[in-house]
Amino acid sequence: MKLSRKWLNEFVDLPLSEIDDRAFDEAMTVSGSKVEVTEDLSAKMKNVKVGRILSLEKHPNSDHMLVAQLDVGEAEPVQICTGAWNVHVGDLVPAALHNALLPNGTKITKGKLRGVLSNGMLCSLKELEVTEHDFPYAVIEAAAILNDYHPIDPEKPSISADIKPGDRIFGKVIAAKVTAVENAGVNLWKLRLEPAAETVTNCQNVHEGDLVAYDTAKGRVLTLEDLRAEQREFPHCIHDGILILHEDLKPGDDMAAFLGLDDHIVEFEITPNRPDCLCVIGLAREAAATFDKELKLHTPVVQAKAGGDINELTKIVIEDADLCPRYTARMVKNVKIAPSPAWMRERIRSAGMRPINNIVDITNYVMLEYGQPMHAFDFSCVEGKEVHIRRARAGESITTLDGTERKLSENMLCICDVNRPICVAGVMGGSNSEIVGDTAMVLFESANFNGPSVRRTATALGMRTDASSRYEKGLDPQNTMKAVQRACELIELLGAGEVVEGIIDVVPNPLPETTVKLEPEKINALLGTDIDEQTMRDILLKLGFTLEGDVIRVPSWRGDVSHYSDIAEEVARFYGYNEIPIAFSGGISTAGGFSPVQQYERELGQTCRSMGLDEIITYSFISPTYYDKIGWPKDDPRRESLRILNPLGEDTSIMRTSILPSMLEILTRNYNYRNREARLYEIGRIYLKRPDGTADEPKILSLGAYGPKMDFFTLKGWVEKIVAGLGVGEARFAAEKDNPSYHPGRCASVWLGDRRLGVLGQIHPSVAANYGVDAELYCAELSFDALFENKGGIPVFKPLPRFPAVTRDIAVVCDAAVPAGELRDCILASGGQYLVGCTLFDVYAGSRIAAGKKSVAFSLSMRAEDQTLTDEHAEETVKRVLDALSERFGAVIR
Amino acid sequence: MKELMQKLREASLKAVSQAPTMETLEEMRVRYLGKKGELTSILRQMGRLSAEERPAMGQLANQLRGDIEAAIEARRELLGKELLERKLQEEALDVTLPGESVRLGHKHPMYNVLDQIKDIFIGMGFEVIDGPEVELSEYNFTKLNIDEGHPSRDWTDTFYFTEDGAICLRTQTSPMQIHAMETRSLPIRVLAPGRVYRKDEVDATHSPMFHQIEGLVVDKGVTMADLKATLNLVVEQIYGKGTVTRFRPHHFPFTEPSCELDIQCHKCGGKGCPTCKGEGWIEVLGAGMVHPKVLAGCGIDPDVYSGWAFGMGLERLAMGEYKITDLRLIFENDERFLEQF
Repeated sequence: MKLSRKWLNEFVDLPLSEIDDRAFDEAMTVSGSKVEVTEDLSAKMKNVKVGRILSLEKHPNSDHMLVAQLDVGEAEPVQICTGAWNVHVGDLVPAALHNALLPNGTKITKGKLRGVLSNGMLCSLKELEVTEHDFPYAVIEAAAILNDYHPIDPEKPSISADIKPGDRIFGKVIAAKVTAVENAGVNLWKLRLEPAAETVTNCQNVHEGDLVAYDTAKGRVLTLEDLRAEQREFPHCIHDGILILHEDLKPGDDMAAFLGLDDHIVEFEITPNRPDCLCVIGLAREAAATFDKELKLHTPVVQAKAGGDINELTKIVIEDADLCPRYTARMVKNVKIAPSPAWMRERIRSAGMRPINNIVDITNYVMLEYGQPMHAFDFSCVEGKEVHIRRARAGESITTLDGTERKLSENMLCICDVNRPICVAGVMGGSNSEIVGDTAMVLFESANFNGPSVRRTATALGMRTDASSRYEKGLDPQNTMKAVQRACELIELLGAGEVVEGIIDVVPNPLPETTVKLEPEKINALLGTDIDEQTMRDILLKLGFTLEGDVIRVPSWRGDVSHYSDIAEEVARFYGYNEIPIAFSGGISTAGGFSPVQQYERELGQTCRSMGLDEIITYSFISPTYYDKIGWPKDDPRRESLRILNPLGEDTSIMRTSILPSMLEILTRNYNYRNREARLYEIGRIYLKRPDGTADEPKILSLGAYGPKMDFFTLKGWVEKIVAGLGVGEARFAAEKDNPSYHPGRCASVWLGDRRLGVLGQIHPSVAANYGVDAELYCAELSFDALFENKGGIPVFKPLPRFPAVTRDIAVVCDAAVPAGELRDCILASGGQYLVGCTLFDVYAGSRIAAGKKSVAFSLSMRAEDQTLTDEHAEETVKRVLDALSERFGAVIR
Repeated sequence: MKELMQKLREASLKAVSQAPTMETLEEMRVRYLGKKGELTSILRQMGRLSAEERPAMGQLANQLRGDIEAAIEARRELLGKELLERKLQEEALDVTLPGESVRLGHKHPMYNVLDQIKDIFIGMGFEVIDGPEVELSEYNFTKLNIDEGHPSRDWTDTFYFTEDGAICLRTQTSPMQIHAMETRSLPIRVLAPGRVYRKDEVDATHSPMFHQIEGLVVDKGVTMADLKATLNLVVEQIYGKGTVTRFRPHHFPFTEPSCELDIQCHKCGGKGCPTCKGEGWIEVLGAGMVHPKVLAGCGIDPDVYSGWAFGMGLERLAMGEYKITDLRLIFENDERFLEQF
């Protein structure tokens, strides 16, 4: 919400000279109306003055420039060159003088233009950052000046270069020389022509001496359009030029002040519970309470001298009272559509809206001032002369003011005549009842609609408007009368029409009234303050609440207040949030701390990082096609995912049931970024659909890596350490050949006892290829829950060995297909009481071993608790091991 | 014989003192003092001497042996020192060569900040709780006083799993307030960080998935003064002692009164600069007193108990802490980014 400080001053005396931007913004912000930014408009434009053109000469060195002498309110005239042709002697124009600043940031300095001194620049609409909406009379018509004719094909000109006054161009159109120009009103000039003729034109670029195309039959000077000429044939006869001011201004007046730039615009962020602050009066009420000033409200006075009564002219019926608690209307006759006065246009611009014409501007002005959206219907278009407020009927549609045809559904509230919708209630009017140039009779609507209904309609139609964004938050039903009265007062003030007597005000059901009990002790208990009751009462009165004993009557515009805690907030806002003491309540203290599972999650992260893995965070949602990418069969039950019905895109449309695609995506990204290696981990959730539609959300430890030093056993080493960290023994690994995401020969499931912890391995090369990666990717997925549930207790100290260990290395030859892990398991199982360790240190297959065989070497570590082990003991252990290996695997000592 | 010994003395001492290496020194020891050495062969002639001469000559010989031995020892020590020095010189390293690289992993920067926040709250007696991301709208909205028809419930803002809108991805960590109040015994002091989801397209400041940290306190006699005291302390721990704070009214459907907490811009000291967008203040978190309707809805008597809650965005906090300029970097997980923290 943008607020003009000048406009605000009409309701609260807060001059900029007394309360500067900083003080104003800070005070408003801490009382609850947050200021986003304040713009000092006067800084945008400097030294642009109103000038009157005293004389115009052709530029001696240019055939398209003019040299003007201007009265800018100084003793001496100022000389300025201009390329625009729409200026005449006597015109009032905006002149950017030496050292001027324009809103687009351009600085103007004096200088020579083709050898002639120019002390500044005459300004167009664009250079002042205003539009034809601000100055509707500034639309420029351009005659085709034959002196400016540049044939497209120099060989075949349409108009000969030596054409003379009186020569025929085509039909009844001749060339004519302008011998005199005289102003004949706004944008009208009386021309005397040779051959002898007199005419009036609205083309602004005609000057004495010009050769023009004159239609002798119609008696008019022709434009490019009339001649069907292209712009490049008349490059300087354009619909652009200097803004000619038709305003109550005199030379030397400051343009910035005239354009309303002597103002500061404060932009507020209004929270959705305070739609009453989306207008000048609402913010004025807050400002008055904040600065403890009087709020000066105005009661509109309407003369209504048109005769007749609105009730004789129309009937208003609310058919769907649930969506329309109130509809208030007045009628205006003999409407004269015209631009609204400068002060009104300036205020509309200050709020970031565009002026259109007096009627539309009045509705917008009232909305900005009172916060009540209004609509104006051309009453001549209301068929049957009746207005019905009802839901749209099946098949109905409307073309809205923006020119778009909209299909209406049956839950959308519309304003209708007897036959058809003429307005989408609270959203946008229909073009079938739009205010146009010749509108003579206007019906003003000032209504209250159901907020959520307006919001749903606006959302469904994809058109959030200034009106709908106010309505959707729920507006004050008591405001409709004040607003329609204000609009009619403005009609009379602007002379835009004659107000018909009588007001139609339909209120189908009694309007609610809210009361809350004033309970000072409860408020103080909630705030931790000791505010006395009188202070609370004063604050509430300032905000428009009324009190009868300890009953608080909530004003109609405060739909957000219904509970003592709301009253507490009002009190706190103006007592000052920052005045509330800082004090601990000293309730029962709680112990706090991490739970065992949270502790373990921290520990696990630490373990991963100590092994050199970096932590990542990935999105929980993926694309269903990612299951294809990781090689899952079409009928894999794990594809059963929670599906988002309104996703942002396919890529984020289902909740992942596997963490693997997320890891692969990040590995791929790093690979594509040409990072030499990546070693990553994440403890992330997967989402498994429950029968009731919600999800189990177990956490998975995901590891992923690639790089020059990366191989299966590096990955396995990490997993071994993670499992070892549980403190309950070693993990068991079993080859997993049928996991579609992994290399069939380089994948293992991880077990602890009979509990499966997860899987690890090299990603299947064709899966890697699906990701466009031509490198070995390694991943592991371990169930966080399974890890945690197997976590051992606090380690128990074991005495350090008192006797030295004996080691013996053995190498056995067995079938190449026998997994080394099974050999090791066999050794540990058969070694007996002295065997305390078995480490594999070599696997060899090659020329010195028979084909289909391999040699596997282990280092056995033996120790007794109570004596130094003898050679005999050691030999006996080794023999038992060798016997067992021979028996089970046919392995023989090498 | 005396002359012989004198000759041997001169010759041997000279030779020893010039012995170039340990090996020649050893050769000399053998040559002069060995069993078949020169001194021994002189001593063999002792037999020819008279009994009177023998002791004096024996003493002389022993002295000579002692002197040669001492000279050899001295020379050995010198040579040893030289040898060591040479060895040390040979072993000298270019100490400016890089050390053996050790790879340490890095915690994600956002979780660095989250862990810091958790530690702060645990120090104040809070427990950390976790809850579902696939949530019932009843918990995400209704029980938080966010009625049907509230814009945040729109399908343009919230991700839904069911046509009736009953199950959604939580849009805030606030439903954890409800879970905590419904399931835990009083008093409650909990911190609930986690992922939340909103239908925002990805750009430098938006992501459809982000993180919030929710805090909730419910106890007898809990006041807004308590809220201010606790959050001031937290802010001091995050942003440093002496950080200036400002509480300003705001609106959340599930707290009343509600506020936002700003800190004075550390860069400009409140004067206004690009960091604080000219406002002089930086918004840190939203908070408020738990709405009595919300308490009552969870079966807690608002006439006996009161509470306060707060919520803050983790991404923005981490981005501020590490001066990260683009939110996308956080979820991109580029190693070159991760390694910096």
